[in-house]
Amino acid sequence: MTLQIFLQQLVNGASLGSMYALIAIGYTMVYGVLRLINFAHGDIMMVGAFLTYFALEASMPFELSVLVGIAGAIIIGILTDKIAYKPLRSAPKISLLITAIGISFFLENLFTVLFGSTPKPFHAPEYLTKIFQIHGIYLPISVIIIPIVTVAILAGVLWILFKTKQGIAIRALAFDIETVKLMGVNADKIIMIVFAMGSALAALGGVFYAISYPSIDPLMGIIVGLKAFAAAVLGGIGSVTGAVLGGFILGFTEIFVVAMFPDLGGYKDAFAFFFLILVLLFKPTGLMGQDLERGRF
Amino acid sequence: MNKIVRNLILIAAVIAFIIFAQNTIEPYDLRIINNIAIFLILALSYNLINGVTGQFSLEPNGFIAIGAYFTAIMLIPTETKVDMYALVDPAPVILQMHSSFLVAIITGGIAASFIALLLSIPVFRVRGDYLAIVTLGFGFIIRIFAINNPEYTNGALGLNDIPQTANLYWTGGIALVAFIVMIHIIYSKFGRAMKSVRDDEDAATAMGINTFKMKTYAFMTSAFFEGVGGGLLASYLSTITPDQFSFLLTFQLLIIIVLGGLGSMSGTLVATILVMGGMEMLRFLDEEINIFGLHFDAHPGMRMVVFSILLIVMMLFARKGLLGDRELSDIFKRKKSR
Repeated sequence: MTLQIFLQQLVNGASLGSMYALIAIGYTMVYGVLRLINFAHGDIMMVGAFLTYFALEASMPFELSVLVGIAGAIIIGILTDKIAYKPLRSAPKISLLITAIGISFFLENLFTVLFGSTPKPFHAPEYLTKIFQIHGIYLPISVIIIPIVTVAILAGVLWILFKTKQGIAIRALAFDIETVKLMGVNADKIIMIVFAMGSALAALGGVFYAISYPSIDPLMGIIVGLKAFAAAVLGGIGSVTGAVLGGFILGFTEIFVVAMFPDLGGYKDAFAFFFLILVLLFKPTGLMGQDLERGRF
Repeated sequence: MNKIVRNLILIAAVIAFIIFAQNTIEPYDLRIINNIAIFLILALSYNLINGVTGQFSLEPNGFIAIGAYFTAIMLIPTETKVDMYALVDPAPVILQMHSSFLVAIITGGIAASFIALLLSIPVFRVRGDYLAIVTLGFGFIIRIFAINNPEYTNGALGLNDIPQTANLYWTGGIALVAFIVMIHIIYSKFGRAMKSVRDDEDAATAMGINTFKMKTYAFMTSAFFEGVGGGLLASYLSTITPDQFSFLLTFQLLIIIVLGGLGSMSGTLVATILVMGGMEMLRFLDEEINIFGLHFDAHPGMRMVVFSILLIVMMLFARKGLLGDRELSDIFKRKKSR
């Protein structure tokens, strides 16, 4: 592998990793406060990408279209919580998981029925797809911009979590929901904020996905969602920095393993799963996680 | 004594129905009955891990695929295999595998059960919902594996010309066996231990139950019957492709066990008939509709939208399903005592 190819793959890995990281944050935050694997999260990412696509088709400027996608995803995310999860807060966890699966399947099939299952080409603006060249490395500009935007947004998320009142409430909820309620915090409102933040980041991840593989389809959220969840577990579920770390590790692994062993290309989607198994076998709390199971239950 | 006589009469009635149906019913209706029998096997075993043991898993499509592929490879004659593997030559071991139908489906079941054992070691080390996501991923991996190993599975083309040995004697017979086995497990000490794991794992541990072992037993038993069911499905459909074993299959089974009541085997029986029958009746939703001159285009997937709404509504308003975790006989008993 020449230095050029190595650098090129490094940037590609960072770009792919950013996407996983953005989606993984939503999983890890929802799991932190509700102890729920939000199966619908990958599909919310799909919704975000689709809405952005439709806004673009309606010849809105790209930046505005992304905002439309994010806003739509936030609404769907909050509605999901209000309709499907909130009435079941005190029910056994298996009920919550089943409604989550139900929502996920509902969104996938609704979009298939409405817009068909054939992939739709996603036309990103030219300033993102233009290919430039330095020292024999050819890269689309988006591959550089995606990690930069991601890192900036992560800084914002961490600032919210650690410096604002709401952020402190989110972390407190993850620690002990009952006590936090007794302290006069409106838990439902905070949970709503968590869903809104997670959905917004997922929608952004969906847009990045659509730019990188320039097509979208109603089932795109399943496998990406699964991988992002694996990334969240790898980093330590419940920890936002862990989710980011896990996302980048997964992104780099996928890109480099396929670059070095092209024969394994067909198994690309399986790496996340092996990571998941390895983590569960050797370090169930992940790289940066605490033992959440003992924390509250 | 009374109970034994009643059960024997019920079993005799089911056997009589199977013989009657196989010989007199029209092929189309017989196909639905066969489908119900196969899905009953799958749903009963799925309910053992999800309902009785309370470990939420999403794996049936993976285990069904394993069973289906093993059975198909063992049933297809060697000469047919040589012609069928179009992408690459079949691996020598594939050509050597051949056996009778019963051995083939049991091998499929054992293979699935073995994989379940391997999965349970990482998954049941941690408590909680990792099982769900690992088993969901497992279903995808099986598909990826089937597509990427054409020397074993003929890749995305799948296998066809599988001898159609499975008829209602096989499907109905094995469904009956599965039902009896499941009922026996539920009312044995294992079943009670499994239920205690579901209801309160800490209390179960405190009472000296090895919860890891119980979960693994339930998972392996469930996988075995899912593998056997997959074998029956392969032989009955006579053709299989990797895409057939998508998450949709798991979703159908999930609807069935939730509707019937998590943990109730007779509930599963009733729900299988309702859901599989309902699937047939709602088939019109996926096709073009003409009502009073209004024309609606065909919308493949519409049925699944309806079923996912059904699932969510059930979880919100009727979480216990038709029977909760009781059996039909419990309900009759209660009425009598009143």
